[in-house]
Amino acid sequence: MTEHVVQVDIFWADVAVVGAGPAGLAAAVAAAEAGASVAVVDSAAQPGGQYWRHRPETVIPDPDGRGHHDWDVYLDLRSRFDAARTRGAITYLPGRSVWMAQKHDDGFTLRTTPTLASPTPVATPTLASPTPVAVRGRRLVLCTGGYDRQLPVPGWDLPGVMAAGGIQAFIKANGSLPGRRFVIAGTGPFLLPVAAGIAEAGGTVVAVLEASAPSAWLPHLRAAVGVPEKALEGAGYAATFARHRIPYRTRSVVTEVLGENRAHAVRTARVDSAGRVRPGSERVYDDVDVVGFGWGFTPQLELPVSLGVATRIDADGSLVGVVDSRQESSVPGLFLAGEVTGVGGAALAVLEGLAAGGAAADGTGAPPSSAILPPKAAARAERHRRFARAMHQAHPVPAAWSEWLTPETTVCRCEEVTAGEITAARSELGAADSRSLKSFTRAGMGWCQGRVCGFAASCLAAGNSHPSEPSLAASAKRPLAAPVSIGELAALNDADY
Amino acid sequence: MNPPSDVVVVGAGVMGAATAYFAARQGLRVTVLDKGLPASGTSSACEGNILVSDKELGPELELTRYSLSVWQRDLADHERLWEFERKGGIIVASHESSLASLHRVMAVQKDFGVQVEELDRDALRSAEPHITHEALGGAYYPEDCQVQPMLVAAQLVRLAVAAGATFHADTPVTGFLRSGGRVTGVRTARGDFPASAVVNCTGTWAGELAALAGVEVPVMPRRGFVMVTEPLPPMVHHKVYAAEYIDNVGSSDAGLQASPVVEGTPSGTILIGSTRERVGFDRSVSTEALARLARNAVALFPFLAEVKAIRHYHGFRPYCPDHLPVIGHDERAPGLWHAAGHEGAGIGLSAGTGKLLAQALAGQAPDLDLAPFSPARFAEAYA
Amino acid sequence: MSISFTFNGRPLEASAGQSVGAALTSNGFTAWRSTRKGGRPRGLFCGIGVCFDCLVTVDGDANQRACLAEVRDGMVVDGVEPLEGDRT
Repeated sequence: MTEHVVQVDIFWADVAVVGAGPAGLAAAVAAAEAGASVAVVDSAAQPGGQYWRHRPETVIPDPDGRGHHDWDVYLDLRSRFDAARTRGAITYLPGRSVWMAQKHDDGFTLRTTPTLASPTPVATPTLASPTPVAVRGRRLVLCTGGYDRQLPVPGWDLPGVMAAGGIQAFIKANGSLPGRRFVIAGTGPFLLPVAAGIAEAGGTVVAVLEASAPSAWLPHLRAAVGVPEKALEGAGYAATFARHRIPYRTRSVVTEVLGENRAHAVRTARVDSAGRVRPGSERVYDDVDVVGFGWGFTPQLELPVSLGVATRIDADGSLVGVVDSRQESSVPGLFLAGEVTGVGGAALAVLEGLAAGGAAADGTGAPPSSAILPPKAAARAERHRRFARAMHQAHPVPAAWSEWLTPETTVCRCEEVTAGEITAARSELGAADSRSLKSFTRAGMGWCQGRVCGFAASCLAAGNSHPSEPSLAASAKRPLAAPVSIGELAALNDADY
Repeated sequence: MNPPSDVVVVGAGVMGAATAYFAARQGLRVTVLDKGLPASGTSSACEGNILVSDKELGPELELTRYSLSVWQRDLADHERLWEFERKGGIIVASHESSLASLHRVMAVQKDFGVQVEELDRDALRSAEPHITHEALGGAYYPEDCQVQPMLVAAQLVRLAVAAGATFHADTPVTGFLRSGGRVTGVRTARGDFPASAVVNCTGTWAGELAALAGVEVPVMPRRGFVMVTEPLPPMVHHKVYAAEYIDNVGSSDAGLQASPVVEGTPSGTILIGSTRERVGFDRSVSTEALARLARNAVALFPFLAEVKAIRHYHGFRPYCPDHLPVIGHDERAPGLWHAAGHEGAGIGLSAGTGKLLAQALAGQAPDLDLAPFSPARFAEAYA
Repeated sequence: MSISFTFNGRPLEASAGQSVGAALTSNGFTAWRSTRKGGRPRGLFCGIGVCFDCLVTVDGDANQRACLAEVRDGMVVDGVEPLEGDRT
């Protein structure tokens, strides 16, 4: 393999890609195979993203894909990715986060910073350069994925409470469990693989609490049967749940996590279709040391928003980027693939990545491709989108979720802003959107810059469970997309402006 | 048609909020209109300074001292609502020449009654233990204060409403009601708002609103970036800036200028300001501005090189060509008043400006002569 | 393969390739940071580098995300001492 000795601090490429998960890997491979030079920036130390996160290749050089779906798809993309790197078509910059993206007349600049102060040794060479590292691409493909959407509930800030996806990531990355006895709660099909993964790794799943109801599926069955592999996947989880005797309770939520300095129990309740607690239905599950919450996903949209792409609200209430059939956004030359265009799962992300990578390579000197995706693949992507839409409609954020809060409940974990403070800012100071709420209460102003509380804070400001596009867009506006050291900013080269 | 008011205040930033509050306390019937939500313009994109230390001698210093007294007397009961903090400012000189200039400035400021104490190298280091070893000395200004500006605007609007004012968000003004040559109210999508007086508190947009009334008020935007660090244990205890900052504030140079202004905040973050450049309403992020801010900050506090920035923001400071605000009645359009163009000092000057304007609107003689800030000066310039 | 690291001076063992967060968790720690305002304990939450709840000092570098940093032999990890009852 050719090792690129890093002497310069700007990497030039026909196509720059951010992210090396399902969409990013696919986009990089498609662009490189179309003849473009590609640079891939990824915040993780090795490829795979959240979906194909696996143990460090320094320790497990040949992972067997146990606990993963579509591992064969990953292996195929990965071998094509590695082959393109070997022939110099892809420059891979792992362990780096993009803190700013800029648009120029002739392309885009990505400013990057090391994700960690001491980059861990990885199978692939890492750049530990103290000088700023930038990527210039004539075209840009953003595949930044998403993370679990959260709704606050009393006690959710106790240690032992995790994002459902965080539990899954822990298992995939470490091959071990973050606790012994788990309750998984929220809404959406993603709760199933999380619980199954825990059980298969030897943990006890005390209960899975789904706020929605199975009957919510019925109107959307047609879309669901359009994607037979999803039905198979579902059957697989059903078998795992039966084997491990995992209780799956619908129309049920965690109303409070109990514990002094860490979670040790949860209070749950049955709810109606709006999420209102049914009186008398409360019960306590004791001896729980990890509680996992997931209310769907929030696409990571700060880079697209900072570049000015047109956005919309998707069926799940998330802010997403608008793209055409070639995955191109409203900003010419800027392509989006994966969850940033609408949460739809890894299979769809791969298809979108292939389309975006191929389209981005088009016109950069690579031979023009007539169709970005073959008709069959395009049809498959459309079926996945229909399925995702059906899932979103069947698993809405409960309309009355804010009734679970008490005035003391922390909403913004970073700045420790409570629900009571938010209510006061709304009623007394007129904070009707996420931006003014942030100004008056500091909700969303801390370390995570509103990534965790942004959706919930927008709901509370608006007084409903469907925040407006401007409010979510304001919350996604993060002029620094990642923390960057002031020394690194000071070292920005004058000639490089 | 909405019910008639004595005063319609256009703009619910700090300037409009303070004007509305003091006018309502005068017993006037006040209506406040904003095109968006309170504090969504320049007031939300600044540092919340109430500074004595950086003012040039003359009318602005007079207004500053008056305003400081309004903050500390008239508004004392409410200071916790907006996190009023007597933080104190320190000007640091790192060159013999700037130290000499600083000493000269201090001597004159003292003559004008500004509280200032000289800090030698050791005193400076004990006040700010992490200051650069290059620092030769400094000046300490105990009167320099800080507020959370968005809360000032929002709370003053709330207090004005409690005192009888009416507030309408999302109500942009589309034109003026006229009767003969007089301004008799404003037009909006929510209908007409008749009033005996209309006060233009639209900050950077004051020129646009004035144009709707057919008068020219040369308020222009000056862009300023501010960088915010990760939360840290207390490392910077005052508002610390370099001696060059004073020259920069009054500059009309269109190019990018930056001088270090570094301060800790109650939330643990450190604010690093600030650049000043005339680029119109350009909202694009300037890496040059960020790099300059970073370099200057590290020069003042070397430990900052290892600290992470987690966000930055920018605002458009409204300024007039002579760097004085425009406050008072506009004879060219009788019935129209202005309180705008306070540049980077609007938060500090808002309390005093609002109180003085309210006195004038109520037909009283204001505590401080507003003549130096009169819109009439533009009438002469643009006649 | 087992490796050694320290947490607040305590010698601990971890498996090679684990994250710092996982290494602390497998040694029974669930919190290693306390909040500025309330002094409340915090540990892993999002698990993927988004929330910054799990910040810890690694080999002298403050505010590193324990969920992302990989534990290494001889690593010196520092954080807030666990409160009563927050260790399993």
